Amino acid sequence: MATDGLHESETLAALRSEAEGLKGKLEEERAKLHDVELHQVAERVEALGQFVMKTRRTLKGHGNKVLCMDWCRDKRRIVSSSQDGKVIVWDSFTTNKEHAVTMPCTWVMACAYAPSGCAIACGGLDNKCSVYPLTFDKNENMAAKKRSVAMHTNYLSACSFTNSDMQILTASGDGTCALWDVESGQLLQSFHGHGADVLCLDLAPSETGNTFVSGGCDKKAMVWDMRSGQCVQAFETHESDINSVRYYPSGDAFASGSDDATCRLYDLRADREVAIYSKESIIFGASSVDFSLSGRLLFAGYNDYTINVWDVLKGARASILFGHENRVSTLRVSPDGTAFCSGSWDHTLRVWA
Amino acid sequence: MSATNNVAQARKLVEQLRIEAGIERIKVSKASSELMSYCEQHARSDPLLVGVPASENPFKDKKPWRAEGAVSLRSP
Repeated sequence: MATDGLHESETLAALRSEAEGLKGKLEEERAKLHDVELHQVAERVEALGQFVMKTRRTLKGHGNKVLCMDWCRDKRRIVSSSQDGKVIVWDSFTTNKEHAVTMPCTWVMACAYAPSGCAIACGGLDNKCSVYPLTFDKNENMAAKKRSVAMHTNYLSACSFTNSDMQILTASGDGTCALWDVESGQLLQSFHGHGADVLCLDLAPSETGNTFVSGGCDKKAMVWDMRSGQCVQAFETHESDINSVRYYPSGDAFASGSDDATCRLYDLRADREVAIYSKESIIFGASSVDFSLSGRLLFAGYNDYTINVWDVLKGARASILFGHENRVSTLRVSPDGTAFCSGSWDHTLRVWA
Repeated sequence: MSATNNVAQARKLVEQLRIEAGIERIKVSKASSELMSYCEQHARSDPLLVGVPASENPFKDKKPWRAEGAVSLRSP
């Protein structure tokens, strides 16, 4: 009816105007607390000393671009995945390959090590996240024990076990994140809110509680309550896709890396961006970021083949690392902070210390 | 009907914004101090920050291999 249509559009207009009002209020509240910049407060912190980082190991064996990697909690094993469909488990001390499995799809964009060290998860263009138990029995075919856990309607971009081998969190090109029970494959919770592909996620350090952060092609970073599925905070200051998000070790902040060639730091309790890590000379996207153990250093891999090391507090670049011969696509600091590993489109992984 | 969807979506957005607008926040000065204090407390046990002797870092052992190029700059 004509009158119903009129009523609908009045309600819509009212809601839209309320939304605009709330957005304005949000900006106002955030601005009120913006009394100083992080790098200003950090002026009294001691400057970083000279430090040297070199490639200590090169892991060769993938036949195509390395897309993702993760450390085992034993601080020595690494799982990596590639465009060629292969997932490899390495002993990073010896550079030996301990396991290898070929996925039924190419572009395995995500992989993760289970907390127990007894399984790995991976997925990509198959739209799934599958779990493979790791066995040392040479007679066992790893692929035979594969279990499909997550099903999305577009590519899998990221996955992570929660604190146990029993649950996996996934992010997808379908714009959602989801929490799954590994044993049954059941969907436990889904997270809707991104307006485009979700590219990355990171779980809050366990002491901080049940939240995680995700970043996407909608330029937004969103913090979620895992139990309710609710988005609790959202940040939209990047100018392009967010490729990587990582919590600060205390859980009070997180960093992001983006195609806009910047990395940024968002403080969760101030509810705003508190630092931008950028230089005019850096014009290529940052693909992956991770903190050193104390949170003082932020390692960021870029599409210009370099790794920049940022002083998180002072905002300045502390070092630039060369070595990869193509884009750096993935980067993680080891669990005990003694080294970090980078993976690249040059088919290799490097361990730096 | 798409009009109803629009209203439902708009309502969801308003609810979401209400949640986000309502959270408690602290000043950047306080948040910054706490980030700094965490760094300071943990600096000594951050191997990549302070460096550890080759004998304590399994990646820095004396195995002969080609340690390929990295340049460390102290740029402002």
